[in-house]
Amino acid sequence: MTDLTRRTFIEAAGGVTALGTLGFPSLVLGATRRVVVIGGGVGGCTAAKYLRKLDPAISVTLIESKPTYTSCFMSNEVLSGERTLDTLVFSYDGLRRYGVEVVQDTVVGVDPVAKNVQTAGGNSFGYDACIVSPGVGFKWDAIAGYGEQIANESIPHAWYAGPQTQLLRDQIEAMPEGGHVIIVAPPNPFKCPPGPYERASQIAMYCKHHKPRAKVSILDAKDAFSKQGLYTEGWTKLYGYGTDDSMIQWVSAAEGGAVEELDASTRTLIGLVEDFQADVINIIPPQKAGAIAFAADLVEGDWCPVDKRTFESSRHKGIYVLGDASSASRMPKSAYAANSQAKVAVAAIVAGFHDRAPDDPTFVNTCYSVVGEDFGISVAAVYSLDAATNMIEPIPGSGGVSPANASPEIRKREVSYAHSWFKNVINDMME
Amino acid sequence: MKNNQSVIAATAVPIGLSARLHILSLAIIAMLVLAPAWVCAGPSGQAMSFTCAGCHGTDGSSVGPSMPAIAGMDPEVFVDAMKAYREDKRNATIMNRIAKAYTDEQFQEMAWFFASQRLRLFPQPYDTVLAERGAELHDDYCEKCHEQGGRPGDAGTLAGQWMPYLHFTMEDFLNGKRKWPRKMQRKVDAAIEEAGDDAIPALINYYGSQQ
Repeated sequence: MTDLTRRTFIEAAGGVTALGTLGFPSLVLGATRRVVVIGGGVGGCTAAKYLRKLDPAISVTLIESKPTYTSCFMSNEVLSGERTLDTLVFSYDGLRRYGVEVVQDTVVGVDPVAKNVQTAGGNSFGYDACIVSPGVGFKWDAIAGYGEQIANESIPHAWYAGPQTQLLRDQIEAMPEGGHVIIVAPPNPFKCPPGPYERASQIAMYCKHHKPRAKVSILDAKDAFSKQGLYTEGWTKLYGYGTDDSMIQWVSAAEGGAVEELDASTRTLIGLVEDFQADVINIIPPQKAGAIAFAADLVEGDWCPVDKRTFESSRHKGIYVLGDASSASRMPKSAYAANSQAKVAVAAIVAGFHDRAPDDPTFVNTCYSVVGEDFGISVAAVYSLDAATNMIEPIPGSGGVSPANASPEIRKREVSYAHSWFKNVINDMME
Repeated sequence: MKNNQSVIAATAVPIGLSARLHILSLAIIAMLVLAPAWVCAGPSGQAMSFTCAGCHGTDGSSVGPSMPAIAGMDPEVFVDAMKAYREDKRNATIMNRIAKAYTDEQFQEMAWFFASQRLRLFPQPYDTVLAERGAELHDDYCEKCHEQGGRPGDAGTLAGQWMPYLHFTMEDFLNGKRKWPRKMQRKVDAAIEEAGDDAIPALINYYGSQQ
């Protein structure tokens, strides 16, 4: 017994069986169950991996149009030069090692009656359960004069990380010494609520060292934003916020921050009250569920309603909608939320395959923002389902944001933990 | 591309008789504490534990660089830590806010989930000279409680633990922000007396060197 590990001993003692670490393979039921996952972001990848982890007898196909995954989280650090875009790019090979079949193709439709998924490549994939995790799409017509082509060429949204992130970084580097960057922040709800404000912070961190006379303005469609108190504290400490010399300005909707139109040729934003001209403009458009969700008839209004116990669509049985595209109040549209929702959906799908009712769900969200050098902040929440209202509610007394006026040591640790969060989310979704 | 980092599994480590008896008793306790879980409604221990993975890695094997691995963690150490966080008795960044969501029974269910997971260790950079010095200091001052070089046990997991996390932890002990376990302060003081400012970095590099 000399080389027994703790685990093998506990297994021998029956501990693991009681814990139910793994489900019973579906093979005992006869036919192999097939799950098709649409979308290779956090929700889709996590679901694919955990399906195979919980029940290796399930056949899992993940369909994604891009050859690799590029994470949006941490992409603001590309804008400050803290990291390069290639550090955000990850292969789907990790999922393949779990036995997931990864198909590079674009889904054009889902037939919820025949239970199959059609692709632009002309293929059809039958399923017993289908997971749709398409992320967000943009309401291009919300700001007159803005559109997809302009976003790709000159006024990036960079709200999906990729070439537009690099374009925005290049523009910030190339702008004059006393240049002006404007970020147009969207109305609620949108993907990554603290993201526009971390973006302003990261750009200011770069400018502080390289273009100290530059200004970063946020024109907001809202009068309040995520982690606002902590951002204000960090900006005051790091970027002179609140003084005439502040590197960052935030213009709320009430102060005229809502933008109606873009004149791309002069880089001018036309607001309700006044116009704003800048050297670099980043427009984060208002958002809705990704295109696949509309094609599959899963949307009501802008988002996809789901049974929050399982994340099964309220519109079509057998289809589960995860992450940003789902209507999952009160969870934010975040990577961690999508990761957490994926595990709930997977547990429900596996339970269903074994004719068991789904367990009570549990959800967590954590999200870090790096406001500047040695200044990290976070928000956390643990949620349970209120079945009566179909609302995912934070457990009373728990969660919340980092404390105000925390010690420099705690703020510094949260930067370190932010980077660790990034690595572990990637690990848990696809490695 | 960061995703190709090789995964090095911890090799099976021989464990002593006392540890085996300890594990046996833990396994018995596990069966006792698990019994009520079968009849209670609410999320399963596995489901709750899965929510930790975005920060602590799949099944608790953190890929670092600073969030600690919790796979293979002694269940009593886990429950004590979570209670301390919940009651604001430990210098926390985020865990105090998270721990407040759970009952003692839920801590126990998660504790047993993580105790039953194999700890996977990942390479991290360390200073070989400091690590050698740390190995000597460990043998002299720490091994009695942190057995087998600090492998998972009832004094926590040090071997292979992420070094920034160990650094934060020692900083908290030394700055009076975390209560010392019995005898630990005396032992750490003695190590510092022997090796000076190198003592803590040496020990941390030693634990980090065990990959």
